[in-house]
Amino acid sequence: MTITIDSQDSKNKSLQPKGWLRYFSFSLDHKVIGIQYLVCGFLFYLIGGTLASAIRIELASPMSDFMPRDVYNQVLTLHGTIMIFLWIVPVVNGAFGNYLIPFYVGARDMAFPRLNAVAFWLIPPSGLMLVASYFVEGAAQAGWTAYPPLSITTPQSGQIIWIMSVLLLGGSSIFGGINFIATIIKLRRPGLKLMQLPMYCWAMLGTSLLVVLSTPVLAGTLILLSFDIVAHTGFFNPVLGGNVVVYQHLFWFYSHPAVYIMVLPAFGLVSEILPVHSRKPLFGYTTMVFSIMGIVVLGLVVWAHHMFTSGTPPWMRLFFTIATAFIAVPTGIKFFNWVATLWGGKISINSAMLFSCGFIINFVFGGITGVALAQVPFDIHVHDTYFVVAHFHYIVYGGTVFIIFSSIYHWFPKVTGKLMSEKLGIIHFTLTFIGFNLCFAPQHWLGLNGMPRRVAEYDPQFQFVNQISSSGALLMAISTIPFLVNILLSMRNGKDSGDNPWEALTPEWLTSSPPPVENWEGEAPLVEEPYGYGKKISQEN
Amino acid sequence: MLNKNFYLILIISAVFGISFWIGINVNLLPAEASINAPIYDELFKILFIIGLVIFIGMTIAVTYSLFKFRKRKDQLGDGIALEGNLSLEIVWTIIPSIIVLIIGLYSYNIYDRMGGMKELNHSHEIMTSNTEKIWAGISQASNNDVISNNLSVEVSAMQFAFLFNYPKGEFISGELHVPVDHKISMKMESKDVIHAFWVPEFRIKQDIIPGQPTILNFTPTKVGKYPIICAELCGPYHGGMRASIIVEEESDYKDWFNKNTKTEVNL
Repeated sequence: MTITIDSQDSKNKSLQPKGWLRYFSFSLDHKVIGIQYLVCGFLFYLIGGTLASAIRIELASPMSDFMPRDVYNQVLTLHGTIMIFLWIVPVVNGAFGNYLIPFYVGARDMAFPRLNAVAFWLIPPSGLMLVASYFVEGAAQAGWTAYPPLSITTPQSGQIIWIMSVLLLGGSSIFGGINFIATIIKLRRPGLKLMQLPMYCWAMLGTSLLVVLSTPVLAGTLILLSFDIVAHTGFFNPVLGGNVVVYQHLFWFYSHPAVYIMVLPAFGLVSEILPVHSRKPLFGYTTMVFSIMGIVVLGLVVWAHHMFTSGTPPWMRLFFTIATAFIAVPTGIKFFNWVATLWGGKISINSAMLFSCGFIINFVFGGITGVALAQVPFDIHVHDTYFVVAHFHYIVYGGTVFIIFSSIYHWFPKVTGKLMSEKLGIIHFTLTFIGFNLCFAPQHWLGLNGMPRRVAEYDPQFQFVNQISSSGALLMAISTIPFLVNILLSMRNGKDSGDNPWEALTPEWLTSSPPPVENWEGEAPLVEEPYGYGKKISQEN
Repeated sequence: MLNKNFYLILIISAVFGISFWIGINVNLLPAEASINAPIYDELFKILFIIGLVIFIGMTIAVTYSLFKFRKRKDQLGDGIALEGNLSLEIVWTIIPSIIVLIIGLYSYNIYDRMGGMKELNHSHEIMTSNTEKIWAGISQASNNDVISNNLSVEVSAMQFAFLFNYPKGEFISGELHVPVDHKISMKMESKDVIHAFWVPEFRIKQDIIPGQPTILNFTPTKVGKYPIICAELCGPYHGGMRASIIVEEESDYKDWFNKNTKTEVNL
């Protein structure tokens, strides 16, 4: 099979609406789809953030007094599910992947534009369905992990809608993954070698491999779980002889790689942003590629570290401890390389750069607690406590969400041709960085001292620290305001950015901003050195 | 050049000094009340110090670069075209590998000292081992193991309570009373969904899984009252699923035990 964009597609394109209407259409343009992913994801981020605020309001006092207990469990389930499946995964993969990958490989679109549009249009209905399940007998309330037998015994309709919604989102993710692999491998411009690709391509190749290998396992598991709920089969139901630990193995076989599905693309994006704003080549390209692939391989064999208290045999605990701890090695290489990229550069301190550096600091912290959690004896005490909550928010919020913001500041001029306000951007960064650390750093202490996760009430001795955490959450909620104002104002009245305001060398900046439908007016340029900073000048002089 | 190295060494030793000082003097953990706890805290301290060194070091490196290498107004052009440095990259692959390996071996040692590496398939091990076990045998746990031990308790977890059955005394209690410095052997079973048995002061946690009777051993070392916390989401009242463990002198424990044996039930 040859992969080419047939003429039928270009004809359809011309029939599609122009202007803002195309963002509401079944557009086949990868740039439109990328923006659709981003805006849709951000709307769900606002919903998920509202739910997070509700959790922090409930936890500002030791009693369960803000909402009914079962509603609280629905809120925490929806918060987790929305943030993972509707915000982070679609945005770091779908939004930036769709927008950037065709530019990076020198193509005019993704390999399968229709599949691409289908993948996006699965998201809004399944997301709305998930949120709407609250109004039918209440949403799912077994946590985003949906461990049986709890998920079998809680109200059925919410759980079944949750399963259907996650299955659709998983399907969307697989379609996207196949599309990225095909595009990166088969659609490269003639003459462009794999080892000349910008780092984000490698990150997306690794991520997509994880998506394609592990998401089907989650789908199968959830289908079996739905049989248990609806048809009263006994796969995971202990009353009928089922085994609940088997569910946990199957679930985490997807859901640990899911962490890398959320984090690896962020590693790719930060590798694009740092060299541009520090005017230096990406340090250690080859080791970066190998460490991404190392994380992919290791990421598939560490899932049972989520189950150290579930009664796993000792050899298994030992194996998963060592495999998990060793992920720190390729991850560490990447962080040292990024700091080395900064070293000796000419760094422009702007919003994109600040969010990227905030990411490095937060993620190093989350990585350190991660290595500690990988140790069985350490994990036994803090498993299922606020220590774990703090740890994974340092990874997915302090890590990935910081990079999403950094990327928005970096690529906004590409998409709109306008510059964002640096003043508002720096206010946004300051509020987010302080609010985030104020919210999550104290939670480590809470977990160590005896506060379990997913509770609506706690011992009065933890009240003060919980209130610090809640005030941090308030700052985080406030920090979205300058960001939204910045986006809306800059879109209307932003200063003209020109085609390449950062003087970047990666291919997406070598066309007009915003780019034409076909990406380049003529041939796609051959970019052999996407990080050739410092070289170009010396050649010209 | 000598001057530069001098400052580098000064900063590195300051990072180590601060990390060790914080690691040794700042206590983030609750009281130690079981044999497990001091072993756990030893591991925690080491991980804490290593973590601090890495975190403070990286934070200084990032903020220093932002400050030192920021673009001044009069500056034009790019930074140096440095694409990598193989020997440096090998160094920061090998050093973290060694650190991770040492941490792994050390935590294996800690885990072994906690009794975690012992299989529970054979009944005599439960009886003879002096260390407490944080690993629980699944399904192999037979009733004989627990009943033959004087200080054994059967724990049933249900939405949203723990019940403690003392088979020797033929009574059920809502509080777990145990004598100090004795090894306690518990057989835990769940009646409905997954729960977890967690005593923060003991640094032990074990999921209680329906359909899988689980054994958990521990030895309390300090008289007092500690919370037993359910740590696995088990339904709307999960946050309220609490019980207390009361560690008392042996004579007090015997009094309590004898009192309840007569009245049969204490709920």
